[in-house]
Amino acid sequence: MADLRTSFAGIASPNPFWLASAPPTDKAYNVARAFKAGWGGVVWKTLGEDPSIVNTASRYGAVSYNGVRIAGFSNIELITDRPLQVNLDEIKAIKRDWPDRAVVVSLMVPCTEASWQSILARVEATGCDGVELNFGCPHGMSERDMGAAVGQVPAYVEMVTRWCKQHTRMPVIVKLTPNVTDILAPAAAAQRGGADGVSLINTVTSITGVDLDLMAPEPVVDGKGTHGGYCGPAVKPIALRMVAEIARALPGLPLSGIGGVSTWRDAAEFIAMGAQNVQVCTAAMHHGFKIVEDMIDGLSNWMDGKGYRSVAAVSGRAVANFVHWNDLNLNYRIIAKIDQSLCIKCGLCHIGCEDTSHQAIAALRVDGQRRYEVIEAACVGCNLCYLACPVDGCITMVRQEGPGGVLTWEHHPNNPLRKEAAE
Amino acid sequence: MGGTMGEPAGGATAGIGDIQAGRLDAATLAANFADAHPPLTPAQAVVEANRCYFCHDAPCVEACPTGIDIPGFIRKISTGNLRGSAQTILEANIFGGSCARVCPTEELCEHACVHTAQESKPIQIGALQRHSVDWLMQRGITLFTRAAPTGRRVAVVGAGPAGLACAHALARHGHDVTVFEARPKPGGLNEYGIAAYKVPDEFAQREAAFILSIGGIGIEYGKVLGRDIALDSLRRDFDAVFLGMGQAGVRALGLAGESMHGVRDAIDFIAELRQAPKGHVAVGRRVVVIGGGNTAIDAATQARLLGAEDVTIVYRRGPEHMAATDKEQAWAQTHDVRIRHWAAPVRLIPGVGARGESVAGVEFARTVLDAAGGLALTGEQFVLRADMVLKAIGQSLAADAAAIPAVRGGRIVVDADRRTSLPDVYAGGDCVAGADLTVVAVQDGKLAAAAIHRQLTGGL
Repeated sequence: MADLRTSFAGIASPNPFWLASAPPTDKAYNVARAFKAGWGGVVWKTLGEDPSIVNTASRYGAVSYNGVRIAGFSNIELITDRPLQVNLDEIKAIKRDWPDRAVVVSLMVPCTEASWQSILARVEATGCDGVELNFGCPHGMSERDMGAAVGQVPAYVEMVTRWCKQHTRMPVIVKLTPNVTDILAPAAAAQRGGADGVSLINTVTSITGVDLDLMAPEPVVDGKGTHGGYCGPAVKPIALRMVAEIARALPGLPLSGIGGVSTWRDAAEFIAMGAQNVQVCTAAMHHGFKIVEDMIDGLSNWMDGKGYRSVAAVSGRAVANFVHWNDLNLNYRIIAKIDQSLCIKCGLCHIGCEDTSHQAIAALRVDGQRRYEVIEAACVGCNLCYLACPVDGCITMVRQEGPGGVLTWEHHPNNPLRKEAAE
Repeated sequence: MGGTMGEPAGGATAGIGDIQAGRLDAATLAANFADAHPPLTPAQAVVEANRCYFCHDAPCVEACPTGIDIPGFIRKISTGNLRGSAQTILEANIFGGSCARVCPTEELCEHACVHTAQESKPIQIGALQRHSVDWLMQRGITLFTRAAPTGRRVAVVGAGPAGLACAHALARHGHDVTVFEARPKPGGLNEYGIAAYKVPDEFAQREAAFILSIGGIGIEYGKVLGRDIALDSLRRDFDAVFLGMGQAGVRALGLAGESMHGVRDAIDFIAELRQAPKGHVAVGRRVVVIGGGNTAIDAATQARLLGAEDVTIVYRRGPEHMAATDKEQAWAQTHDVRIRHWAAPVRLIPGVGARGESVAGVEFARTVLDAAGGLALTGEQFVLRADMVLKAIGQSLAADAAAIPAVRGGRIVVDADRRTSLPDVYAGGDCVAGADLTVVAVQDGKLAAAAIHRQLTGGL
């Protein structure tokens, strides 16, 4: 049985599954239910200064795809709208009742040292395990010079992180916004400021849809909409890339992976790309806290199958294989192979290739029966047919004999700036 | 199995001639004859539509005799473009509404669906088609308009699916169409020959009205070819003629006593069930249906639903030879209809009941295939008691062969354009060779209309 206990930024938890700072972690009631269900930790929904902010009605929007609800999710909710002391009292009670779980508190206050110093002292008094600095919310709070307005300026990230490290003994996690051109800049700034870890991604600036009757962006608030923060399964690829990039460029900086984690498999991928743990929100909001059961034993069973004894043994294992395009082997050759016994004749392999790619799958009739055949000489091994085929295992990409060896762009004859191979 | 099932070998017995209407109360009848397959809800339709792979060169399209762009109309359901979806269907098949209800989809589009190959669970194409067409018809939307009048006139014989499909297509081209229909209503077998629960709520009439709303189509009812109208005069008075009169004749068993009380053509029984209140239709207590097609299934199942206590279909060959699909057979069996195979009727047994001589049973001989593959009777016989016998062994072309174009095998001979041996006369539907399906009849009418239009406008 794999050991799922993890330590992230010096904070221990029985498993790597935390609930992200968001509506599911806004109250003791929800958090107690989450811990009862098995979640390893929570990041309490962001606290701010009193008087508390006010939220709108109509807070969420979603992208449904082909009948799948909430493939992507967005919100225009701000930080907690409850008085600070109410939250602090509940955090204290929760940590007392669930000492083995990670309780981290998300914070967002104006960009003055006094504001941060003041709230840190009150939060530390709850006995919580650490703080996460919300430098990520792209909507609402950013218009008040908080959230992403801070996270988008590396100098501010570094400055506030440094203040926090000076004014608390708790571990400080910096939550990064993806709404930047280069995720390494704020990550490095956090590291310079002394962060004990970074968590990412916060939500992506977005409009999930337009109500074509009201002619207003969704979610619509009394006929008008504003941009929201996008999350859920649709953003996972964006989040994975950012996590991986930090893992590759800033080794040793603890990472908490966030962004569309819905299953143990998603979690395993983030962890393989360098995260120590993951944080979940949308999947829980969609299906409730019970999803963690499968996350826990799914990850454990997969690790057992692979012989990984601990989460740490998985963490970062794929980072070394995350390279720059220029490091890819241009001599590598694969082509599609169709298992005719599995083919159901949907023709999707053909039409995608024919209309949009390389005309490498012939649509034949043999004795009146449809038959789709790879034209090997035309196939560039792009994977499109393999991805479109609805039958598992019907199309495989098969490695071909090539020139052999590794040839990267650096050394490719077509590259005017190529480096000549050393003799 | 024994030869007689312990039943008496004929002769008068108690209960003979027990044929009566109103065996069940009105509420039970209403429930029994309600929509056999209720429509998909909008949510169900979207979920189902999203299962479709939107295949290239989709096998379902090829399996549809009218070639409806099935992935195309299904995708439009998934995007909420129901008007476009209905248009895609109706452009290819103006009877898309009834075909959605009565097509043996399990042998056509849904059999070919790639999901059948993948997981034995095809897209519910028929139900989705109904969803789109119902959506359109419920809103009273008309999609089609006539081209400028051409002044050309076409006669259509029969207002069934073949005739009206032909008439509609010709009307779109601007030709004037006169339809001659033997019955008092349009729709053909959709109105008179299909179980009530397949097309409830006057659907056949609503669909005919929808088709006729294009204008340019006049219908003269009560006109029978050979009795009230002659092909010669139609050819003289019109620029072209389309024959779509189906098979109005009914095959006889060829046994003594067929006119006896209690022995009836299944097709008439079905027609009466469609035209009269269900509570007014008489049915026996024990019913034997002879035949193996959908008419047998529809008659037997409806006899049960009217309150018959014991209904048996007897077919002279095996289940795999029945014209009724497996699904139809199972439908009847689900309604407690027994199906007995490999037996042919050899004698109608008379009895004496309240109304005089009346059928009391049917004697059957067991059948086998002989060495040549033909059907042979064995000496083994059995008797089924019955106070009602419904004959469903097929229909025939009723018209006088001398008065119609060339016929072969009891069907009018046509070419690929559905042109008969006469250059200005076309034919389609059940009066020509081919599967006797609504969808095939529609395609015949469509192809004939295209050829007639080319002929009338001098095209090739």
